[in-house]
Amino acid sequence: MDDEPIVRWYWIGDHLGYLGHLLADHALLALPPVLIGLLIALPLGLACSRFPRLYQPLSAVLNVVYAVPSLAVFVVLIPYTGLATEASVMVPLTFYALAVLLPTTVDGLRAVPEAVRQAATAMGYGPWRRLAAVELPAAVPYLVAGLRVAAVASISLASVGALIGRGGLGYLFIDGFQRTFPTPIVAGIVLIAALALVVDLVLVGARRLLAPWAVREKGAGS
Amino acid sequence: MNWLTWLSDFFSDPEQHSGPNSIAHRVWEHLLFSGEALLYATVLAVPLGLLIGYTGRGVTAVTAFAGAARALPTLGLVTLTVLLAGVNDTAALVPLVALAAPPLLVAAVEGVRGTDPDVRDAARGVGLTHPQVLWQVCLPSAAPTLLAGFRTATVQVIATATVAAYVGLGGLGRYVIDGLATRRYAVTAGGALLVVLLAVGAQLLFSLLSRYALPPGARPGRRGR
Repeated sequence: MDDEPIVRWYWIGDHLGYLGHLLADHALLALPPVLIGLLIALPLGLACSRFPRLYQPLSAVLNVVYAVPSLAVFVVLIPYTGLATEASVMVPLTFYALAVLLPTTVDGLRAVPEAVRQAATAMGYGPWRRLAAVELPAAVPYLVAGLRVAAVASISLASVGALIGRGGLGYLFIDGFQRTFPTPIVAGIVLIAALALVVDLVLVGARRLLAPWAVREKGAGS
Repeated sequence: MNWLTWLSDFFSDPEQHSGPNSIAHRVWEHLLFSGEALLYATVLAVPLGLLIGYTGRGVTAVTAFAGAARALPTLGLVTLTVLLAGVNDTAALVPLVALAAPPLLVAAVEGVRGTDPDVRDAARGVGLTHPQVLWQVCLPSAAPTLLAGFRTATVQVIATATVAAYVGLGGLGRYVIDGLATRRYAVTAGGALLVVLLAVGAQLLFSLLSRYALPPGARPGRRGR
């Protein structure tokens, strides 16, 4: 590592197609787990807000899950999902997303003031309509906040999968390190950060569309 | 069962009982390393966060910065710093500090900003100077948020220190990485389990701290609604 510059631009120019391929692979590895996590967190969060006794043990379990290092989980799952398969990376990422999204879902559903809830009931809303028209919209800012954290974490964590042979852009880190060639590593870091930024912007845009009022009450979370 | 035999192989193997590759030594390395990273991150992030939270200046910048920092992949940072600076402990500490600092910074900012403005005004009104308000009013009321930030940072650092073994660092990651490299999955599984135990232990420690070590007014469960 003496005369090697941090970035050799020609390498990037020569490998644009390859980088694009890895980027797409990375997105496909990191983002579906977040969506699946959301699909699980919504009904689970609803159940928790209806039966608060469920929430304590569930959140304790998910807290523990969140504390488990991703590399350890990837390894743990190898006997079931095989080395270097999508599942061995995506299953743990789904659990991480769930661990982030469940508390935010529950917080969001709880954030509806009791008076508003009662008002909706008094106006003749049944439980399902109240859920769709009052509680879920009120939870949108919380959900988006959770999704932002979960998506960014998922995108950056997916690269660790490279250590077990399936990590999208993370492969560039292994490759660059083994050849003591920093250019791919820098490219990988930049592309991962860029992917995270784009996804984050999309989510912020979604919040503006779905919950325009939330922009004004920033920091509403307790 | 695959798993149980792996673990019993790992824990009964005399190789893991003494010397530099012993479990006790690896756990100690892992803790030392994580602790060091957290210490540096605290020194860097907490005073800055308190100040920013108190003055209210640069809050947006902090939020944006912390979000961006979260997107940085640790494996990339670890490999890059080691390539640029060589395999030594400082090089591997950099990414861990970079990982631990943003949640601490955000927690400090949010904690101070979460102080009831009326209380702050009252403190000023009874004649406290700004440093006194920050120290005696905002800091205690920020304590729960700060502690939560420390919890996130600690758990993440313990988890990520595992990845640092890929570039030749000690700690429990050695078992995980070496086991993978030599296809001795028993070693990998044992290392993974130990990291999990450490991380969960840290979680428990922090939930105990948040119950007993916070200023009485800021303990969970005693807050008025």
